[in-house]
Amino acid sequence: MIKENLGIRKSDIINRRMFIIGAAKIIIFTGIVARLFSLQINENKKYLTLSDKNRIREWKLPPTRGNIVDYFGNIIAGNLKVYQLHIIPEQVENFNYLLVRLKTLLNLSEKKIQKIINLKNKLKPWDSIIVSENLSWSQFLKVNNYLYDLVGVKPVMTISRNYPFNEMYTHVLGYVSQPNEEEILENKIVKERFVPGMKIGKLGLEKTLENQLIGTNAIQRYEVNAYGKRINQLEYQKGLQGSKIRLTVDTEVQKLSAQLLSNKAGSISVMDIYTGDILAMYSSPSYDPNLFLFGISQDDWQLIRNNPLKPLINKTLSGLYSPGSTIKPIVALSALENNIINPNFKVKCTGKTELYGQTFHCWKEKGHGFVSLKNAMKQSCDTYFYEIARLLGVDRLNVTAKKFGLGEKVLGEYFDTEKRGLFPNTNWKKNNLGRGWVLGETLITGIGQGYTQTTPLQLCLMTAQIANGGYKIKPKIIVNNDPLNLEDAKNSMELQSLQKPNTRLFNDSRNIKIIQEAMFSSTNEQFGTSYRSRIDDPKYQFAGKTGTSQVKRISKRERELDLKLEQIPYKDRDHALYIAYGPYKNPRYALSIIVEHGGSGSKAAAPMAKELFKLIIDRDELRDKQSNFENINI
Amino acid sequence: MFQRDTLNSELSFFQKIKEMDYTLLICIILLSIISLLVMYSTDGGEILFHTKSHFSKLAVFFPMMIFIAFFNIRYWHTFAYLFYLLIILLLLYVSFFGLRSSGSQRWMDLYLFVLQPSELMKIAIILCLAKYYHRIKVENVNSLTSIILVLSIIIIPIIFVISQPDLGTSVLIAMSGLIVLWLGGVKVKYFVYSFITFLISLPFIISFLKPYQKLRILTFLDPDRDPLGAGYQIIQSKIAIGSGGLEGKGFLKGTQSYLDFLPEKHTDFIFTLFSEEFGFIGSVGLLVLYMIIIFRIIRIGTLSRSNFSKLFCFGFAFSIFIYIVVNLSMVLGLLPIVGSPLPIMSYGGSSMLATMIGFGIVLSAKINRKQSIA
Repeated sequence: MIKENLGIRKSDIINRRMFIIGAAKIIIFTGIVARLFSLQINENKKYLTLSDKNRIREWKLPPTRGNIVDYFGNIIAGNLKVYQLHIIPEQVENFNYLLVRLKTLLNLSEKKIQKIINLKNKLKPWDSIIVSENLSWSQFLKVNNYLYDLVGVKPVMTISRNYPFNEMYTHVLGYVSQPNEEEILENKIVKERFVPGMKIGKLGLEKTLENQLIGTNAIQRYEVNAYGKRINQLEYQKGLQGSKIRLTVDTEVQKLSAQLLSNKAGSISVMDIYTGDILAMYSSPSYDPNLFLFGISQDDWQLIRNNPLKPLINKTLSGLYSPGSTIKPIVALSALENNIINPNFKVKCTGKTELYGQTFHCWKEKGHGFVSLKNAMKQSCDTYFYEIARLLGVDRLNVTAKKFGLGEKVLGEYFDTEKRGLFPNTNWKKNNLGRGWVLGETLITGIGQGYTQTTPLQLCLMTAQIANGGYKIKPKIIVNNDPLNLEDAKNSMELQSLQKPNTRLFNDSRNIKIIQEAMFSSTNEQFGTSYRSRIDDPKYQFAGKTGTSQVKRISKRERELDLKLEQIPYKDRDHALYIAYGPYKNPRYALSIIVEHGGSGSKAAAPMAKELFKLIIDRDELRDKQSNFENINI
Repeated sequence: MFQRDTLNSELSFFQKIKEMDYTLLICIILLSIISLLVMYSTDGGEILFHTKSHFSKLAVFFPMMIFIAFFNIRYWHTFAYLFYLLIILLLLYVSFFGLRSSGSQRWMDLYLFVLQPSELMKIAIILCLAKYYHRIKVENVNSLTSIILVLSIIIIPIIFVISQPDLGTSVLIAMSGLIVLWLGGVKVKYFVYSFITFLISLPFIISFLKPYQKLRILTFLDPDRDPLGAGYQIIQSKIAIGSGGLEGKGFLKGTQSYLDFLPEKHTDFIFTLFSEEFGFIGSVGLLVLYMIIIFRIIRIGTLSRSNFSKLFCFGFAFSIFIYIVVNLSMVLGLLPIVGSPLPIMSYGGSSMLATMIGFGIVLSAKINRKQSIA
């Protein structure tokens, strides 16, 4: 019985204590359910987001740049499908075998192979290695033929910048290439849209218009696993191509310019004298921007860099030249405007002028005799201009030159390499050289030598503003919504001059007329310096002014020797210049030509103008028609 | 006396089948099916290694459980000490010749599968102490010799397991042992005193922990201190559970799981995957299933005539409860990470073997509930 009692007591204890534990269990379970509730119901959104963040990863693809087209809608900077070859290491069965196969198929260098091996060791096995960024079609076919043997190799088609006219527009467009770190950080948009393989503008319009051209990234959303490997694509969001930009340039004119300047160093600019549209802007020699797209080879780069004709310099905008005799229209105009002379003012040219014991030579040793303004312009008599410059003084000349755009940037907002040049005055010399102005310097400034430095585009603008009757125009290279046909352009220019008096560059329009006539005679009358390059057909007839700018001072001995061009070392030859506008009866276009070390303007530069005017005026009607199409669909 | 004799006599086979506890049996079958489905999901929706292996373990251990159920619980009473000693020997063997894996030595190779004796100790300690408290007189329960004896029964295996090292299992063994002490009638004040002593000596104990164990505690306190390192598991686990929501992402659609964000998803973190795919509803459902199992075992204990059966059932029910609580608290970020599997659900043979043996004994207790054990 006792034993039995104890037994009952023991089981009582057990049951009682079990009951306590049972209650504790229910409390603890409730606690766990509460925790589950808080995680899964209350904080569900938070954890759902975190889980998506875990599994979804976005891949940005390089944006497609906007096209750049010429005035007629021809693509001058476009995009091309390129074939690339990628290796996906995790799919490769035998890496060494694959490399050997590719090496023979694509003629890869030992260095390239080493690079691929390095990349393979650095990247995750599912990240693709780019073997070749730009396969030729035949290489692409070859790879495709042997694809069964090249496990883990993926031919890929992507889009790359392309310049169909090669070196034709390099100095206008610039080129694109891989950005460096600094360039990425500099531009917020580039930083935001950067992906490896993306290219940005490094120079020219490609650089300045980067934000318009760049386009937006296409986005691929992938589900990835914990190791970052892509499992499947969830979404593909197309990117927007960058804006299309239409330039004022005419590829035919640009082509002719390039042709005329082939094998020469120099520049040709052509401008609409009313709208300021730049039809051509070619700096010679140029180089192929396509070479830079995938990284230029050392050989190609050295070839460009070491070319004595300096293809890397954009001579149209950054080349500084003494204007030589092409400044004479401005000197004459300034003298007329300041009432220093009248058109009948005559000077006797004996071939040289003495001033304070210094001799200033005219280009014609025997002298021109008595010359009037018109004859002085026509034959480019230096003595005449020494005299009127002396009477005028450099400060008044400077005012007129500045008005016509000398010493100011023309397209500075688009080209950060553009130089402003220099047109001196007495203050400038005092401030910058610390010495007083000397009268002799006025004389040589009067024939475009000395301190004066101009860019070819400045000379073109100057000519255009003389040609249009003396109105300030704003040169442009990108088409905007201004009225474009001749009458509209003319009217708008004149209307503007009434509203803004400072766009009228003259006091008396007759003075402009006198200069225009003088330039006409220089080209179209006998003994004119560019008489031989004239066109008699009034449709094409143009007016111009030659210039020959000395590179070095001519010594007395050399003057006596009177060497032929071929006998002078290239570096010491004069630059040949020519400015002109046409058609004379109803002018529309102005141009400036510079041939570095080309000798005299009349022999080396003026004949080019003849060719150019023929083409430009033939295309005038076409251009007018084209102006009505604001947006050309390509 | 006559009546007792008939009760003590063996039941016939059909009587045994009749007396089988079908509620518990059905719950176990249900749990096994769920565990197979989840294992199938961890394999990415294919029948691969883990699914096959888990299935074959179930195929062996489930019949074994039934087999054990048909054995009279008296034999377990008879061989309880021996079973305990056997496991101690196995632990001793493992500590010298065991297999090493990820820094600890807790396994022995049995050719067919790898046995972890410490898992079996969870059952053995309950059996051993249940027998002890079954036999001891009530008035001796709180005697000094008795206390020292039961404490050494608990401490000896724990020393082995801690030295493996395996903190999680040793804590679970200790808990399983202590609960039998509690049920056996050890004075409440002793528990209170030792709990206070434990709290006081806690900093001292922590200083004895291995660096990785300290790190786990630090990580538990602030998982974000090293989100890609030590805190990674718990952060990803919470993301998986939390993103499951009310209804879950759907079977085989747990992104955290099939994209490999969940570590240890087959074993200790299996609940995370389940919870991600079946949501709050599924998780509570699973908890309810476990609760039914636990309370059914307790019910069997209360129905049992012998104290041995009672002590074993209550002790085993509590230990299952503790496994679940420790495992869930760990994956829910309520406790530091200690290796502790979720019974039946987690991949792992030894844990399943121990649990199935336990279930078998409980079923046997039900069948023989009217029998008293001398």
